[in-house]
Amino acid sequence: MTPRKKRLVIVLVGLLGFAVVVTLVMNAFNSNMVFFFSPTQVLNNEAPRDHTFRLGGIVEEGSLVRENDGLTVRFNVTDGLKTVPVKYVGILPDLFREGQGIVAQGKWGADSIFTAKEVLAKHDENYMPPEVAEALEAAEKEKAAQQEAAARAKESSAAGIPEESTGQ
Amino acid sequence: MASKQNEKKLNSWLKFSSTRNFYPLADKMIPWFMGLAIVLTLIGLYMTFFVVPPDYQQGNSYRIMYIHVPAAWMSMLIYLLMALYAGIYFVLNVKLADMMAGGLAITGAIFTVIALWTGSMWGKPTWGTWWVWDARLTSELLLLFLYLGYISLRAAIDDPNRAAKASGLLALVGVVNVPIIYFSVTWWNTLHQGASITTNKTSMATEMFITLLVMVFAFWMYTIAIVLMRVRNEIIERERDTSWLVEELGKEK
Repeated sequence: MTPRKKRLVIVLVGLLGFAVVVTLVMNAFNSNMVFFFSPTQVLNNEAPRDHTFRLGGIVEEGSLVRENDGLTVRFNVTDGLKTVPVKYVGILPDLFREGQGIVAQGKWGADSIFTAKEVLAKHDENYMPPEVAEALEAAEKEKAAQQEAAARAKESSAAGIPEESTGQ
Repeated sequence: MASKQNEKKLNSWLKFSSTRNFYPLADKMIPWFMGLAIVLTLIGLYMTFFVVPPDYQQGNSYRIMYIHVPAAWMSMLIYLLMALYAGIYFVLNVKLADMMAGGLAITGAIFTVIALWTGSMWGKPTWGTWWVWDARLTSELLLLFLYLGYISLRAAIDDPNRAAKASGLLALVGVVNVPIIYFSVTWWNTLHQGASITTNKTSMATEMFITLLVMVFAFWMYTIAIVLMRVRNEIIERERDTSWLVEELGKEK
């Protein structure tokens, strides 16, 4: 082995060893590196009970209610499996809307309501012009309508055959 | 036989690892890369402000992406390059590799600051906060500290060989942070969204993607030009007493 190759091996082995150490340390700290807990984790008692934590998920469609004082809002946060009710007093970020991902910081109360002190909007990795978004939405609706129509046609034809057979 | 040929090939490449052969090459390359950087930046900025449409959710504020994303990418890529040059310095003992690493570090630190700063300006209108301690933002801040540590360590030691060894070790150790930054959004729950552009999908409209690419290339060209300039200056500073440099500088007049 030339000294050059020897030094290359030393550098590579050193780097590899260090990377393994860092990976192990990060694995050990994994639970502390979570920025937010999902509703499922909260309802499974994985989130801390006695101090503040962050709750992340999607604002459930149709769940947003503004109270008469104009500042208090209530909504449900869902991850598709479980849903947690949230109460918040304050100004919401511009991107906050139903169906949008959010991260709320606050406390889980004894009344099973998450009282948020701060609400942050999470945005997704999709970027497109408004017209494209509209077109996509229209296409989605069209597709859903077609599927529904196809399902209905299948149902009626499936229902039709036994009718005929009983008629004979 | 074959190994001899390979050796020959390697040696013809290694020709430019000597400062004496590298200096005139850098001199010739700098104006081209700087020219390309200026032209691409102007095109990219024009497209950013006048060509690409607003985003369907974020409106116009997303346009800061065309600075933020290239700067963030460069901050990570430059670190990888810097660590690679530090490794080359250790293995081949070429002082030019250390000069390249030193030149890259400053540009890397600047891009890290730009990425953090524009990200913060983007975060306020979209997320509702300037800063959160999520894994992506925290690891990028750590990257800035690694750059600053490298730069100060390299500047603090007078003997250039000892400075190169000490700072090179820091550069190599810190390289594990780069994959952590990149994958932080998939490994942990973060406020920062996931990657829009990966090798197998792009969740971005075509005209937006092209504009982003133009800006990325502009940043690349700028980085190459400015790093070559910095290395050229360091060669002048370190080897001002050598006869070849005196001759070279005489030619330029």
